[in-house]
Amino acid sequence: MASDRRALLKGLAAAAAAAALPAVPALARQTPSAPSDAVGLLYDATRCIGCRACVVACKEANDLPADTTTYGDGLYDAPAGLNERTKTVIQLYKEGNEQSFVKKQCMHCIDPACAAGCMLGALKKREHGIVSWDASRCVGCRYCQTACPFGVPQFEWSKKAPKIVKCELCRDRLAEGKQPACTDVCPRQAVIFGKREDLLAEAHRRLASEPDQYVKTVYGEHELGGTQVLYLSHVPFEKLGFRFDSTDAVPKVQHLIQHGVYQGFLVPAALYAVLGTVVFRNRGKGSVDGSLTDEEK
Amino acid sequence: MRANAKPIGGRLLTPSYKVILLIAAIGVATIIWRFAAGLGATTALSDGYPWGLWIAFDVVVGTALACGGYAIAILLYVFNRGQYHPLIRPAILTSALGYSLAGLAVAIDVGRPWLLWKVPVMIWRWNVNSVLLEVAVCIMAYVVVLWIELTPALLDRWSQSGQEQLRRRAERIRPSLDRALIWITALGILLPTMHQSSLGTLMLLSGPKLNAIWNTPFLPMLFLITSVCMGYAAVVFETTFSSLAFGLPKDLRILGSIQRVAAIGAAVVVGFRFVDLGLRGVMGQVFQLDLPAILFWIENVLFVLPVLMVAQKRVVSLGSLFRSAVLLALGGTLYRFDTFLVGFNPGRGWHYFPSVPEILVSVGLVAVELAAYIAIVKTFPILSGVRETSPTAVD
Ligand code: SF4
Ligand code: SF4
Ligand code: SF4
Repeated sequence: MASDRRALLKGLAAAAAAAALPAVPALARQTPSAPSDAVGLLYDATRCIGCRACVVACKEANDLPADTTTYGDGLYDAPAGLNERTKTVIQLYKEGNEQSFVKKQCMHCIDPACAAGCMLGALKKREHGIVSWDASRCVGCRYCQTACPFGVPQFEWSKKAPKIVKCELCRDRLAEGKQPACTDVCPRQAVIFGKREDLLAEAHRRLASEPDQYVKTVYGEHELGGTQVLYLSHVPFEKLGFRFDSTDAVPKVQHLIQHGVYQGFLVPAALYAVLGTVVFRNRGKGSVDGSLTDEEK
Repeated sequence: MRANAKPIGGRLLTPSYKVILLIAAIGVATIIWRFAAGLGATTALSDGYPWGLWIAFDVVVGTALACGGYAIAILLYVFNRGQYHPLIRPAILTSALGYSLAGLAVAIDVGRPWLLWKVPVMIWRWNVNSVLLEVAVCIMAYVVVLWIELTPALLDRWSQSGQEQLRRRAERIRPSLDRALIWITALGILLPTMHQSSLGTLMLLSGPKLNAIWNTPFLPMLFLITSVCMGYAAVVFETTFSSLAFGLPKDLRILGSIQRVAAIGAAVVVGFRFVDLGLRGVMGQVFQLDLPAILFWIENVLFVLPVLMVAQKRVVSLGSLFRSAVLLALGGTLYRFDTFLVGFNPGRGWHYFPSVPEILVSVGLVAVELAAYIAIVKTFPILSGVRETSPTAVD
């Protein structure tokens, strides 16, 4: 028995060593950067007049029904936030005489938390870094919803065959050579479409040429690992509902742990070998199925 | 000769059993309603709180309480403590039932269950970075492992059946099964180690939405230790239950030593959490007067009380054993609820409290488990120390 325990401890030490080895490259995991052909949106809150043309255009382009639940009579399509009928929304922030509109939709994160957990890759960064959804791979587990730091993916709670509803940067329109519906209709170019690097340069140009107009950050340049949708604003971003300003991508910690332990499946395999050996050696001293051996009786 | 375990026998449809069946039937009816009417109409889930009672209780708490088989297997096969033998079969049975029903709960909870088969099958589509995938595949495999681990009970029943053909078939299968069981048993220890820790890793993907009290890189380790503690507690429950319900003799010495192991685990968890809070520099959070902080303290009190009871050698009677097991199980349950629901902050304006149908399903699934357990121990050789004359129990 003592020797078995020694064998076990030795085995566990070996397993621990095996665990430490793959952890070294895992710790050096590069923070992903945006794909070279990444596209996105730049929304400038100082230019938005809250006309909601983008909201209407988005519904049309995506065949989404009106959301008449917020105001009575079923007359107005007036979503209060993103929901199963709404992929983008204009919200108002007002405090004293400080006010601003803000447009919400998927941020198309460079290291998206929603996709990191999705079992079969229903949500995934696909062409141009767009985070899109594939119905044939989604089991409706809603892990993406618990993961997304911006509260973006919505679930069709009212349906019996529910889907995940989220902005896919009008990928169908892009494929036809058109621009997204929301940027197409915006009368003030408050939201524009382009390659991420061009949008970023444009944002910094605006910051430099009119420094008094803006908070001195391009939200999404570094926040949560960076996003392909970028924001400029004259009021602090947390007032617009951006809760987090850490530059760490959300999946980072989980990746470090999971890769440290499971990379190449070495550790589980080692542990399994050790367990098998120990159980094998202990066999007979008490048979494996739980019946008593003669000696024990 | 082989098995000291015997079927309990006796009448199945006692009045109390009928009550259990009724509760189970209500649960099943509610499940049918959920599929007919959809998740929105039957649950209080929302885009802010996409996971509720079914995930937090039936899956995350349920599988931890079903870790009895895992916990006893560690003692029995890894540390070679033969005295725990009589406990392994009933523990494996509760584990098999608990995990199977957790799997069922997942199928009820997901929005597109008709695609679930793709998860174990479409390997070429696996997102190998997904912790949820690891948990799902691991749990599916473990359910299979657990039922295989129970097959000796079936063979024993065949051997005892008196039918020559069945007996011979059992004897033919047994040698190869015994050999395979070694590796199955090892798998039965490996898989829970993987997925119980990964259940903790799961919530790390909520990143900044998870309250700092629970948001630690050591979440997997804490989930693993608490799952073993909850597994031991469940074994104590179960033994108490079967001794009360079926009048079986109970070995207080064995249960007492199990409780000691669980108490050590609980003490480690409590100590470690404070060190961890200090290291991460968020100790201040637990001294605020808000719900997360209060619940954090309740969790720790629930863990510390059984430790104190064991330390002061107050766990001597079946009653005190039972009480300390309840405290441990509650502590682990609350810890899991807090990590998955209370510590999860989706932002302003979102609320969650389980709907009546959600509760009916959860309660119903527990009743199904209980009903199946009673039926199986009455028919199959699971429990040891069965009296020769069948008692008329659970009345
Ligand atoms: S904003 Fe949310 S849904 Fe959009 S890519 Fe990022 S994590 Fe995914
Ligand atoms: S709900 Fe669908 S898209 Fe979201 S994580 Fe689950 S499988 Fe992926
Ligand atoms: S890019 Fe398309 S889907 Fe996304 S918000 Fe704009 S219009 Fe809607």
